[in-house]
Amino acid sequence: MFGLGILSGLLLVPLAGAAFILTLNGDEESVRRNARWAALATTIVTFLLSLVAWGRYDATSSSFQLVESHAWLTDTIRFKLGVDGFSMPLILLTTFLMPFCIGASWHAIETRVKEYFVAFLVLETTMIGVFQALDLVLFYLFFEAGLIPMFLIIGIWGGKRRIYASFKFFLYTLLGSVLMLLAIMAMYWHAGTTDIPTLLQTRFPAQMQTWLWLAFFASFAVKMPMWPVHTWLPDAHVEAPTAGSVILAGILLKMGGYGFIRVSLPMFPDASHLFAPLVFALSVIAIIFTSLIAMMQTDIKKLIAYSSVAHMGFVTLGLFTLNEQGIQGALFLMISHGIVSGALFLCVGVVYDRMHTREIAAYGGLVKRMPLYAVAMMVFTMANVGLPGTSGFVGEFLAMTGAFRANPTVAFFSVFGIILSAAYALWLYARVIYGKLEKPSLQGILDLDNREKLIIAPLVALTIYYGVHPAPILDTFAPSTEALMTSIRAALSNTQTAAAALPLAR
Amino acid sequence: MTAAHSVLPTLAPLLPELILGVGVLVLILYGAFRGERSVEGVNVGALLLLVLAFFVVVAQPAGMKVTTLSGAFISDAFSRVMKGLVLLGSAAAILLSRDYFQRARIDRFEFPVLIVLCTIGMMVMASANDLIALYLGLELTSLASYVIAAFHRDDLKSTEAGLKYFVLGALSSGMLLYGASLVYGFTGTVSFPGIVSALHGETAGLGIVLGIVFVAAGVAFKMSAVPFHMWTPDVYEGSPTPVTAFFASAPKMAAVAMTVRVFIGAFPDVTAIWQQIIIFVAIASMALGSFAAIGQRNIKRLMAYSSIGNIGYALIGLAAGSEEGIRGVVIYMIIYLAMTLGAFAIILSMRRRNEMFETIDDLSGLSRTHPVLAFCLAAMMFSLAGIPPLAGFFAKFYVFAAAIKAGLVTLAVIGVVTSVVGAYYYLRIVKVMYFDEARAPYERMAPGLRIVLAISSVVVILFWLLPAPLVGAAGAAAKSLF
Repeated sequence: MFGLGILSGLLLVPLAGAAFILTLNGDEESVRRNARWAALATTIVTFLLSLVAWGRYDATSSSFQLVESHAWLTDTIRFKLGVDGFSMPLILLTTFLMPFCIGASWHAIETRVKEYFVAFLVLETTMIGVFQALDLVLFYLFFEAGLIPMFLIIGIWGGKRRIYASFKFFLYTLLGSVLMLLAIMAMYWHAGTTDIPTLLQTRFPAQMQTWLWLAFFASFAVKMPMWPVHTWLPDAHVEAPTAGSVILAGILLKMGGYGFIRVSLPMFPDASHLFAPLVFALSVIAIIFTSLIAMMQTDIKKLIAYSSVAHMGFVTLGLFTLNEQGIQGALFLMISHGIVSGALFLCVGVVYDRMHTREIAAYGGLVKRMPLYAVAMMVFTMANVGLPGTSGFVGEFLAMTGAFRANPTVAFFSVFGIILSAAYALWLYARVIYGKLEKPSLQGILDLDNREKLIIAPLVALTIYYGVHPAPILDTFAPSTEALMTSIRAALSNTQTAAAALPLAR
Repeated sequence: MTAAHSVLPTLAPLLPELILGVGVLVLILYGAFRGERSVEGVNVGALLLLVLAFFVVVAQPAGMKVTTLSGAFISDAFSRVMKGLVLLGSAAAILLSRDYFQRARIDRFEFPVLIVLCTIGMMVMASANDLIALYLGLELTSLASYVIAAFHRDDLKSTEAGLKYFVLGALSSGMLLYGASLVYGFTGTVSFPGIVSALHGETAGLGIVLGIVFVAAGVAFKMSAVPFHMWTPDVYEGSPTPVTAFFASAPKMAAVAMTVRVFIGAFPDVTAIWQQIIIFVAIASMALGSFAAIGQRNIKRLMAYSSIGNIGYALIGLAAGSEEGIRGVVIYMIIYLAMTLGAFAIILSMRRRNEMFETIDDLSGLSRTHPVLAFCLAAMMFSLAGIPPLAGFFAKFYVFAAAIKAGLVTLAVIGVVTSVVGAYYYLRIVKVMYFDEARAPYERMAPGLRIVLAISSVVVILFWLLPAPLVGAAGAAAKSLF
């Protein structure tokens, strides 16, 4: 239709929904109701459309598929979209989580409902765009554009320190990204294009790779977030509304990992090899240090936020092992963490909507009044710990296997992260769910209502399903991972000769 | 080129300027005879003149490059694009001024006349091909500007702004003239092609270097680039707001056009000398524009610092000294014009019970009371901060890309870092509008403001959908200089 393919459709549907919601008029109550239903319908249609795209996608091939290319800035900077094994699962994760976010905001958002859903739908377009873009300038455009709706979501509908958190989030990530922009330009002048498939075939001189890698690292490390540039995340998470936290943890954090696998690893293999020890060190520090910090938190959301940083440490660790197990594990962990941490934030949202506090001390003994909630929370806690049988286990195990192959010392230290994660997660569970139901304010608390059951049940099912049967996701990643490994090996094996033969970076 | 020159009558390239010149004389006579009753007519007449001149400029054959008036005046793709921008800025200034001047009871026919005179000067600046023509255009522009800065003559701040602008402007014109005389003395010619051939293959002597430095100081003042920016905040704050909107738009276009013309047109062989000046000026402007704006409470002063910073970014393209760089400058100016006019259209609508408000806090909760206005201003602010997909991102993209290609990596890094600092104060305006509590609503927006705001919002928000025409025009403009 209009020369646009299904991937353009994925970008346009949320925007069309947002435009429709903007035109809603009438008395306040009906506008609210219509905005909610319109947003839900839009996200569900987008999800179905992404399933159609998934149906047309050939999971056995490592090439870019469903490619569409439109004239844009110049002949060499085009509006080019496409998906491969790395991006397709992340797109599905995005479109899958969005209806849950809308559902979680159903009653939690009472002010400026229209604007809220518009911001969310625009955010969805930018997130899908990041994963679909096959041009670096377009990638950057979506990568940054997402800051605007997220800034507004945290700032308008956030908690007490929302303004501080929104500014910190925005400026922190912007500062990281602008260096990436300069690197993209340098690549453009070197290769003559910003077309990602072409750049994947381009060999950059070793010295140039080093600088480009560092510039991209500045952006992705902040987005990931890696220690020590993670400090924006706990603030943003704590202040954001529930659905905002779900998107932050579920999707936005994955953009950093996606950036590494899309740009840093394949385009700068020599630099990735060179800097792998640095990434290992930062990852191990993140895993151990932020796990310890997580233990001491008194705020449920903050605890989960720090645990996210620790899990992202496993992702970066796995990615830079530069072997199949590590990369596959990291990718799987990204998907699994998207579901599990998103679900955990939804669970926090459930009790927050009832009690309006996130203090751990304000809860206790919830299992007496909320048995269903306790079960759901337990599944997600176990998945967060990485218990076998849940999706959390597969990714962490593979990432650690890869790490062991690459560097046993690093693997040794990262194991402490698993122990510590069990400590903080189980302790959190014990303090909130178990114990005596003594607090008078909790006496009348109600278990999950139908809306919440509808939101949480699919996530529980998926967490367990992918824990026992991870093949669908791993098989999708596999061809692309294999192709990536082939190209990295080829690049690294002739690094010496290539570095000597090519002129120095200019 | 020579064929085109012989076929066209010598005055054809001057047609837009001639139309404005004759037209403005008619308007003056009309105003003088009809007195105060002529205001409406003169305004409409001036607007029509500007629009007519715009279409004449656009209709001039593409790819044509002719000189006339013994080589003093050149018409090429670059001058046409910059003249088009100047004319749009001036027309917008008249649209923005009507309602304000009527309410302030300073609604006089001299204002549109002065704007048109100023516009003629700016068009000559964009087309000047020798130092004398450049100075003539500059002075015509400046003299008209001094008067309109003090247009609210019973207002202390406005007269102070006019006087300050005049004294400092005269000083800078003197410096420019002194630099021009040095260049003339050491090359024996005032014509830009003559200077190029005189300097070709020579090592530039101290006299030329001094001349270039003084010329640079003069043009830096007109662009309000650091360290010759001191007049900007005071003049912006003191002048009547539509006049501020005018100063921030059309004269900036002309000043940048003149700067590019002088350095690329007259001194292409001594790039190394002026490049370091431009790099310093660019860095200083970006840094001051970002840091000094943080503490501002008055939105007009904030826009003044924002314009200083933006000139710094535009100059990055000039510092690259390449065709890509100039293309970046032209794109930057196109987008900057849209952002500035849009922002001022909103500043001019900050009016409650016939009283104008100027502090940032007066925008508090605008998203509740005027969602559309708040949305547009937020778009302008995100765009000024350079966040994609808004137009301001592409403006920065092209100048930074040129700098990277020219190997000016340090300059580019400083540029992007200051842009993050700058993002802080643009975000603060968004914060005030969206996160803070609502205040009493403003009065209805005047039609002129609505037109300007609508057009500039469309450019800023939807630029990414169809960037090719503007980028292509800027590319052609840059090409004509090399």
